[in-house]
Amino acid sequence: MTEARAPLLSFRDAGLRWPNGVQALSGLTLQVEPGEFLGLLGPSGCGKSTALRLAAGLERPTSGRVDRVEGVRLGVVFQEPTLMPWADVFDNVRLPLRLAGRRSVEVHDQVMSAIERVGLAEFVHAYPRELSGGMRMRVSIARALVVRPALLLLDEPFAALDEITRGRLDDDLRRLWREERLTVVFVTHSVYESVYLSTRVAVMSQRPGRIVAEVDVDAPDPRDDAFRASPRYAQWCLSLSAALREAHR
Amino acid sequence: MSATPPRAPRRALPLAPTAVVLCALLAWEAVVRINGIAPYILPAPTRVATTLWHDLPSLLPSLWFTLRITAGALLLAVAGGVALASVFALSRRVEAALFPLAIVLQVTPIVAIAPLILIYVESTTVALLLCAFIVAFFPILANTVVGLRSADRGLRDLFTLYGASRWQRLRLLLVPSALPYFLAGLRIAGGLALVGAVVAEFAAGAAGHETGLASRILEAAFRTEIPRMFAALVLVSAVGIAIFAVFDALSRWLLGRWHDSELPPR
Repeated sequence: MTEARAPLLSFRDAGLRWPNGVQALSGLTLQVEPGEFLGLLGPSGCGKSTALRLAAGLERPTSGRVDRVEGVRLGVVFQEPTLMPWADVFDNVRLPLRLAGRRSVEVHDQVMSAIERVGLAEFVHAYPRELSGGMRMRVSIARALVVRPALLLLDEPFAALDEITRGRLDDDLRRLWREERLTVVFVTHSVYESVYLSTRVAVMSQRPGRIVAEVDVDAPDPRDDAFRASPRYAQWCLSLSAALREAHR
Repeated sequence: MSATPPRAPRRALPLAPTAVVLCALLAWEAVVRINGIAPYILPAPTRVATTLWHDLPSLLPSLWFTLRITAGALLLAVAGGVALASVFALSRRVEAALFPLAIVLQVTPIVAIAPLILIYVESTTVALLLCAFIVAFFPILANTVVGLRSADRGLRDLFTLYGASRWQRLRLLLVPSALPYFLAGLRIAGGLALVGAVVAEFAAGAAGHETGLASRILEAAFRTEIPRMFAALVLVSAVGIAIFAVFDALSRWLLGRWHDSELPPR
């Protein structure tokens, strides 16, 4: 049973220095266990996004190591929806499968099911510019889900959205995590969002970023308005806020 | 809720510009008639129209010739511009080495180069083609280079993440990103190819049957057939307008649904 506990993703003393000399990350150590919903919390500019890019393999560490379990399927959602404006919702969601060389006919059902899971079945043939900001983000999530990922990486995906849309997408994401048994790494600068969503929150220091605190948020489902109003929620928020302040003094 | 909002409405012939042109023509006709100006000084629009009608059989072969030069030059410019732009997009070093040359070609007036080209190139047709190509080439090149570079950074990352091949990256990301820029360049180049074809023919001062509208205008000038000059001029303008209209329609067809430049004003 030790096999199941092996981390899907691990940072070991990882550091990254940009070519211009800026040290973005230094001595970052963090393990992501299968099945968890990890919140990566820190203010803007602390290197959270860089850590996620390392996890996705878009950057290589200049020191230390970042390891991902071989063959683990990866879905990534960026800060921006990052859709192709010339393609409709279907083709945008289909992109990862298309790049993997799969033909349109054989993946039709798979693409449709991903679109349905984010509630956009009616908008299959709409173009990104015809959708609202929240809907575009849903397309982006569907595109990450279409490859049936084991590990889903999200980089402050809802930061640019209004409170109501954001709350709704938070709930959707939490539901998808539960139903699809995903492992999620969710980068955010919001203490409240991280407590609401995560099973564990890792707090990052100022640049060069590293992990300074890890807090288990072991509240059971459902996470709803009652959870938001509970004293335990407030307690977690307080202790994480304190950890953030401590790290950024 | 409708998933597909209505397409951009077809653009009707705009009222204002039509009215302006009509008023100008009426004023022109009136001035000529009221002052009794002779046609060899300034022909009235109706006179130009009748001349065009009568001379059409003799002007058509020239129109066809000018069209062929323009289209041929434009085709070469598209092929050359897109090919070179692709090379530039792949290598900044090659761009740094060659772009200054392209700029020299662009800023040197074609009337100044045309006589030299006509001396060195034996076939007048080829020389004219070359001149028109030189003017049409640059906007295609410059726009396509910018277009190929303008692909969204996030989308580039996404293509890397999902293991896109070079060919997939080119076909599914770079080409669609560059398309609006390329089409804007094509509209400019279309008009310029015509200008190049006409100007080079003036420089050539050629006569004979394998010549275009510029030669007809020159001939008419020698014989002071002013109405015929106007008639040929109308044909040149018509070609220019037709080229613009074709590329405008092409651009709307290709970009209509997704690019901001082709959406109706709010």
